[in-house]
Amino acid sequence: MSAPDQYPSTWRRPPQIVTDRRWRLALQIGIVVYLVLAIGSVEVNWSRVYEGLERGQRFIMGFLQPDFASRWRDISQGLVESLTMTLTSTVVGVAISVPIGIGAARNLAPRWIYYICRAIIAVSRALQEIIIAIFFVAMFGFGPFAGFLTLSFATIGFIAKLLADDIEEIDETQAEAIRSTGASWWQLVNYAVQPQVMPRLIGLSLYRLDINFRESAVIGIVGAGGIGATLNTAIDRYEYDSAGAILLIIIAIVMVAEYSSSYLRKFLQ
Amino acid sequence: MLKLEGLSKTYKTGDPALSDVTLSVPKGQILGLIGPSGAGKSTLIRCINRLVEPTSGKVMLGDVNLVGLSKADLRRQRRRIGMIFQEYALVERLTVMENVLSGRLGYVPFWRSFMRKYPAADIQRAYQLLDRVGLLDKADNRADALSGGQRQRVGIARALAQDPELLLVDEPTASLDPKTSRQIMRLLTEICAERGLPAIVNIHDVPLAQQFMQRIVGLRAGRVVFDGTPDQLTESTLTTIYGEEDWHEMRRGDQEQQEAEAEARDRMAALAK
Repeated sequence: MSAPDQYPSTWRRPPQIVTDRRWRLALQIGIVVYLVLAIGSVEVNWSRVYEGLERGQRFIMGFLQPDFASRWRDISQGLVESLTMTLTSTVVGVAISVPIGIGAARNLAPRWIYYICRAIIAVSRALQEIIIAIFFVAMFGFGPFAGFLTLSFATIGFIAKLLADDIEEIDETQAEAIRSTGASWWQLVNYAVQPQVMPRLIGLSLYRLDINFRESAVIGIVGAGGIGATLNTAIDRYEYDSAGAILLIIIAIVMVAEYSSSYLRKFLQ
Repeated sequence: MLKLEGLSKTYKTGDPALSDVTLSVPKGQILGLIGPSGAGKSTLIRCINRLVEPTSGKVMLGDVNLVGLSKADLRRQRRRIGMIFQEYALVERLTVMENVLSGRLGYVPFWRSFMRKYPAADIQRAYQLLDRVGLLDKADNRADALSGGQRQRVGIARALAQDPELLLVDEPTASLDPKTSRQIMRLLTEICAERGLPAIVNIHDVPLAQQFMQRIVGLRAGRVVFDGTPDQLTESTLTTIYGEEDWHEMRRGDQEQQEAEAEARDRMAALAK
């Protein structure tokens, strides 16, 4: 310890990633140049944009005067289909995800099972819902069955991956303690792993339930049934007032799902 | 009862954590394992129930060599060894009762443990153990609702539920305050005396070890450098175990703490009058 004025009075955080000053500068300039060139390469047809604005306005007018009544039968049928599809596919998807998620956790599964389960997850996550939906519609025809299969498949990639990551992050000492009692593998899963990951699994399932509802509206457009199919028909017929009504209903349901699932998740903690 | 013969462990990184440890613990003896951090205390007790696989050597429990047992046989042998952990290692979201009953997992089939349908004798015994550690009224609380000292008592009850022939105790008091530490150590030694249970206790608090242990083994860099009674633990032996340090100062510090505690107790007693 010496007198305070012998120590420097300024301090700057040293750069953490690119330590060389010249490289840092070159990188920053490079990024800006690329951004400018990239934006410049987007071709905008301004007269077409103007036309589009007019159509957009008609669409919004439809929104402002939603017509629930004239297509109510189609709408309610689509809704029931969508909700059924959502619930069944979430339940089935989660049920299949649990064993796959356990298999994809490095700290529980033998190596070869781990690789198989991670591969299943990777396939499910790589294919977007619409692509799977087109595939299932081609296989099993138009209608909610294709939608149900699509959403179940997509749920597996989502839940199994997050569950597996969660299992890999459990408190190992609790598992060690259970193992030291002479517990079998199944007992280890039931006593040390399940209590630690259950609240999150329930939270994720609820979250997936509302994702699945939103997705059911999208995949309906490619023929997988539900409210999306009704919406698609309405737009095709230029019935923007009915389409507006459908969108409002979708928004309302997603909001209700959002609030109730966040309430439930808080309750579970 | 327990015999370690030439036990060695080298981790994948190449660090020799234990080299050629030979020890035997007779029935009813409480052995304190002391040594600096990284001396291999934790590795040693985890090699005994093979939570860590020893590289070479023998672990004889009675006349079974635990090293090289198949998975199923190892599970059967682990029932004979109760373990108590530093951070209690209770399953936080399970109830106290479930934690104690989990000591029976090695004895019951999966469906019984899954349905929480344990045999009547196990349940009676779990209640009896909870009563012994003074937590009978907490049976239905969740483990994370308990204080540190209470959690460690549940940890002790869980280990005893196994009907063990040996206790492995890993830093039982490291996360507890001095007073609770002494209570827990007292409870442990009482219980071992009641059942004639041998125990190996990792402990880095030297005065606490001297107060409660019958025998002390000093470990340094994976080797046994001291093996004797607490009285034989002199300043020079402590220096061989831990390296240079003013041991006198440390003991005086501990004495001071005890005096301060005693004084605080007296004052509290005076206030209560």
